[in-house]
Amino acid sequence: MRYTLGMAGALALFWIINSGHYSPLLLALGAVSVLLVTWIALRMDVVDKESTPLHLLGRIGPYFLWLGGQIIASNLDLVQRVWRREPRYQPQVARLPLPQRSDICRVVYANSINLTPGTLTVELKPDHLLVHALSEEGIAALEAGEMSRRVSELDR
Amino acid sequence: MSAVLAILSGACLLLGSFLLLTGALGFLRFADFYARLHACGVTETLATALIILGLMLLSDSYLPPFKLLLILLFVLFSSPTASHALAKAAWNAGVRPRDNQGKRDLPLPAGER
Repeated sequence: MRYTLGMAGALALFWIINSGHYSPLLLALGAVSVLLVTWIALRMDVVDKESTPLHLLGRIGPYFLWLGGQIIASNLDLVQRVWRREPRYQPQVARLPLPQRSDICRVVYANSINLTPGTLTVELKPDHLLVHALSEEGIAALEAGEMSRRVSELDR
Repeated sequence: MSAVLAILSGACLLLGSFLLLTGALGFLRFADFYARLHACGVTETLATALIILGLMLLSDSYLPPFKLLLILLFVLFSSPTASHALAKAAWNAGVRPRDNQGKRDLPLPAGER
């Protein structure tokens, strides 16, 4: 029930942001479409913890802030690598452990690695990741495991 | 106030454009497929974020910034997935990462071929 309500609430918010009209007719049409979509989603049996990750809501904000800082730092690093007279990088391939158990945390982890330029998830296997990085520091930072730990904490 | 906002917005747009250029330059200068994907990462994260931030500062009503924020969120969710799909497709097709001259294959972790 909470997932159904959560989904309907998110859809309603999405509709309001995209509409910007508040006449009774349009609001009623919006409500009808939100109900219709929620009903279809219920019939498809896709309303669950995975499609509506309410339990992540409180923790995802601080994580996004931290990730934003990482993204800015790694962008600056890559920019100075690109603009050198001889582009300087030492590519590395490494295997990283994947301690996250839930699918959603694995996806968040792999996507976070991809979002920070300089590291790239090549393969996602049940128990490990194959990562390509532009420098040894990139691999070392991931192996130190701060990102992995923060993602694991999302699900706790 | 609006003059300050206009200057801030201009600075964001200019910096974003510089990062777009950097992404394109890195794409051309790096030597192999995987390194080039990294260069595109600059374009799809910080450059996009700065340009959208610059546009948000320019809007004169309260709704467009939220729509721009949604666009940014969609880009930030879909672009890493897209680059992973590209990398995995290349890996499965037998493309292996090379060194920074694009000449020799990199050593792979034990068990990978």
